[in-house]
Parts: sequence; structure tokens; C-alpha cells
Amino acid sequence: MSDNGFEPRLIGFLCRWCSYNGADLAGTARLKYPPNMVPIKTNCSGRVEPTHIMKAFADGADGVIIAGCHPGDCHYINGNYRTAGRYPLMEKLLEQLGLEHGRVRLEWVSAAEGDKFARVVGEFTEEIRALGPLGWSEQFKDEAAAVAPEAVTA
Amino acid sequence: MSKFKFAMYWAGSCGGCEIALLEIQAKIIEVDQNYDVVFWPAAADFKYKDVEGYDDGYIDVCLFNGCIRNSENEHLANLLRAKSKVLVAFGACATMGGIPGLANLSSAQEIKDLVYTQTPSVDNPDKVYPQERFTVPEGELDLPHMYDTVKTLEQTVDVDYFMPGCPPEAHQIAGVLDVVTAALKGEGELPPKGATIGVAPKSCCDECERVKDEKKIAGFRRIWEFFPDREKCLLEQGVICMGPATAAGCGARCTSVGMACRGCYGPPEGVVDQGAKMLSTLASIIDAPDPDEIARIAATVPDPVGTFYRFGLASSLLRRARV
Ligand code: SF4
Ligand code: SF4
Ligand code: SF4
Repeated sequence: MSDNGFEPRLIGFLCRWCSYNGADLAGTARLKYPPNMVPIKTNCSGRVEPTHIMKAFADGADGVIIAGCHPGDCHYINGNYRTAGRYPLMEKLLEQLGLEHGRVRLEWVSAAEGDKFARVVGEFTEEIRALGPLGWSEQFKDEAAAVAPEAVTA
Repeated sequence: MSKFKFAMYWAGSCGGCEIALLEIQAKIIEVDQNYDVVFWPAAADFKYKDVEGYDDGYIDVCLFNGCIRNSENEHLANLLRAKSKVLVAFGACATMGGIPGLANLSSAQEIKDLVYTQTPSVDNPDKVYPQERFTVPEGELDLPHMYDTVKTLEQTVDVDYFMPGCPPEAHQIAGVLDVVTAALKGEGELPPKGATIGVAPKSCCDECERVKDEKKIAGFRRIWEFFPDREKCLLEQGVICMGPATAAGCGARCTSVGMACRGCYGPPEGVVDQGAKMLSTLASIIDAPDPDEIARIAATVPDPVGTFYRFGLASSLLRRARV
């Protein structure tokens, strides 16, 4: 646990065919990993749109992980290729908006890789802890309040 | 019978929306027959205090263009909301932040630094900046406070209707005025509150007459790097065209004259975030054998935010850049 009390809030979009089962396996094998990630089961990593990732950040996530089947293993043939294709462009866009490199992570985790799942979540939690809180919505708090009413005259 | 009351206001606006209203041409005479102008700074001499003196709901319809960029814009948004029965966010700036919304890539201070000290043509060795308050012998003067974040009208006050476009097209304005006037006369119904008006169903591509084939591209090109085919879809020729992520309504004005759509009509119905939608559309039409190659090509888009959110950054999910 950190000194400053910051616990990263992570969202994990997990493909139901591979990575979600990998997470289950990590659980049944009683592997220890940090509790910071809220898992969301998706039909395919290809189903995870940039919109979902942006919404997660806008609503308070500090980091987002997308985990799907290894290339070649997609249940829907090439859904994970689409994920991979979108990812660099999205990263570039998010970096333009001031999100540090590394707040989104793409991983291939199969149903047999419970240990990899636990390791990835552990690593990612520490990486985001090092980056610090994102606090996206904090930016919009005090603008209107900053204006003294008498400053507005016709 | 007495005429209805009409108002139009420009907040953080370029003035183009005001001109667009005049593009309805002879129809403006009908507007004059049906409405009294009770506030329209671009066209008639009214003061803010005139509006403050009106009863709440006095104005029947107010077309509000421009974004909310400073405290004066915000004050007028609140004032006109209270005084208007029907408040229309008019144009891309009022509905989505528009071009001025790109200021959300910087802070207010960064913009002032650039304008007052860093621009090569500026000679300001003492770093004099405009002050919000200044005392002169006659009293105190003040300027509006500039916000860090450009807001849409809806992020500021309750809005009845949204009419996108930079600026909205004349035939759409005429159509909307017909509907509103008929409803005020009791001869028709207003659209449901919160509706986007002056648009057509589906996307800009549906109105575009260019020939569409399979969308598969091997890389991006800019319009000055080659002579695009006059008939074929621009996106299929590698030019980033926002058509698939943009609402129909303009009649595909830009693509019909060889320019890619920039997305001024905002996202089509059901799309939450125009830029995110365009991003996934682009990535899915890149024709390459493996994810690494797709990624390499996708990363060659020079300015994703400025391209995908040219008009919609302020209304996007993330709304601005972190500064
Ligand atoms: S929507 Fe376009 S035309 Fe209208 S005020 Fe904004 S920039 Fe100008
Ligand atoms: S992508 Fe652009 S050029 Fe192609 S059909 Fe759509 S609007 Fe027309
Ligand atoms: S083609 Fe696109 S950018 Fe051009 S007017 Fe229509 S919506 Fe706006």
C-alpha cells in the first residue's frame, strides 16, 4: 500500500472467452493480486470501443486495461486484431489530451493464464500508483464558482 | 394579432451563424411578418438591460449561437434562458463548442501568453496583459472573465433544441423556422424537448453522392498531395473524411465540391462521442495483414484530436486536455 493513501481505480474490460476465464482461474487458484480493478465482461476485446475507455476516464478511472484472446485465438476470428489496430491511434489521441502514456494497457490473456492475469493486474496497479491519480472530472469543478457575480455587468 | 417575439444572440461566436440566418433570403420577410425582434445585437440596437427588464418567458424563440467562453457569455445564457420560451442552441459552437472548443487543448493563461507575449509580431517587452478590472478617474472598468474550459450551451443552461452545423444550412434554418412558427400559431406541434433539429436521419455518407465501394485503405493522404478522383468516396482514397461519424443534414456540401467532411453537423443519432466513433471507423477500414501494420498506419494520422474533434471537443466525453 502507498504512503499517500492513493488507491488506483482501474477498469478492466475482459473478453469472456479468454481473459475473463483467466481471471476466474486466478481466483480459483487463489493467486494473490491487488483488488483495484473492477472487471467488466465483454463479448470480445473488439467490442471495447474508444468510447468505453474515454467514459471510464471521464467518470473517474485512473487506468483502463483491455484484455483479450491472443492474436489468432479470437472467438470471432479477428476481433482482437481490430482492438490492436485501434489502440495506437487512441493512445496518441489520449496523449494529446494529456493522459500519460501507460494509463491504457492492452494485454492478451488466455483462459489458461491465471498467473499471467494476476501478474498483469499487479504490475498495472503499481504503474498507475506511480503515475498518481488522474482526477479527470476535478478539472471542471470550480470554473463557474471562480467568477464573482459582480464581475458580470451589462 | 400581435407578433411573436424573436431574439438572436452571439456568445463565443464568429458571426457566421448570424449571416447564415440571412441566407434564408426572401423568407426573412416572413420572419419579419411573424416576429418582432426584441434582442439581436448583430442587427438591432438593444442593451442587456432591456432584456433584463423583460418578464420571464417574454421571448418566444431565441436562437443562441456561439460557445460559452467567458463570464459574459454565461450571464447572457442564463438571462436568455430565463426570458425565452424556446431556447435553441444554434450552430456547432452552441451545440458542441465548435472551433472555439479547440481552446480546450490549452489553458486560458497559455492562450493569453501566446497572444500577448509569444506571437512573433507582438512587441510587448513589459508583458502588459489586459486586466479584468481597472480603475480610472471615472470609476471601475471591467472585462469578462475568460474561462479555462469552453462550454457548450447545454453544459451551462437547460436547452430546448439543438441545431448543429457550422453554420446551419439555410434550407434547414428555413425548415426549423416554419415548424416553430406553425407551433406558435397553434397550427402544428413543436418537436419533443431536447431534440436535435435541422438534421436528417443517418450520416453524412448517406447524403453524399460519391461512389462508395468497399472501404479498405492502405494509408492516409492529404487533399493537396494528389488529385482525388471526382466521383469516388474520399475516404476510400485515403483522405480522412468525417462523413461516417457525422449527422446528415447539410446535403454533403463539402464532399460535393471535393473537400472532406470536417464533421460540423456533429455525431449522428445514437453516437455518444463523435471523435471516438471516427477513431474506430478509421482503424477498422485499414487494410493490412497484421495488427502491427494496422497500428503503424493508424498512427500516421497527424493530429487525431484536431481532426476527429474539430468541432466537438468541448462536448466530447473528455471535454478538454489536461493542463
Ligand atoms: S457554428 Fe460556425 S458559423 Fe456559427 S458561430 Fe460557430 S464558428 Fe461561427
Ligand atoms: S466518407 Fe466522405 S466521401 Fe465517403 S461517402 Fe462518406 S461523406 Fe462521402
Ligand atoms: S460535409 Fe461535413 S463539414 Fe461539410 S457542411 Fe456537411 S457536415 Fe459540415
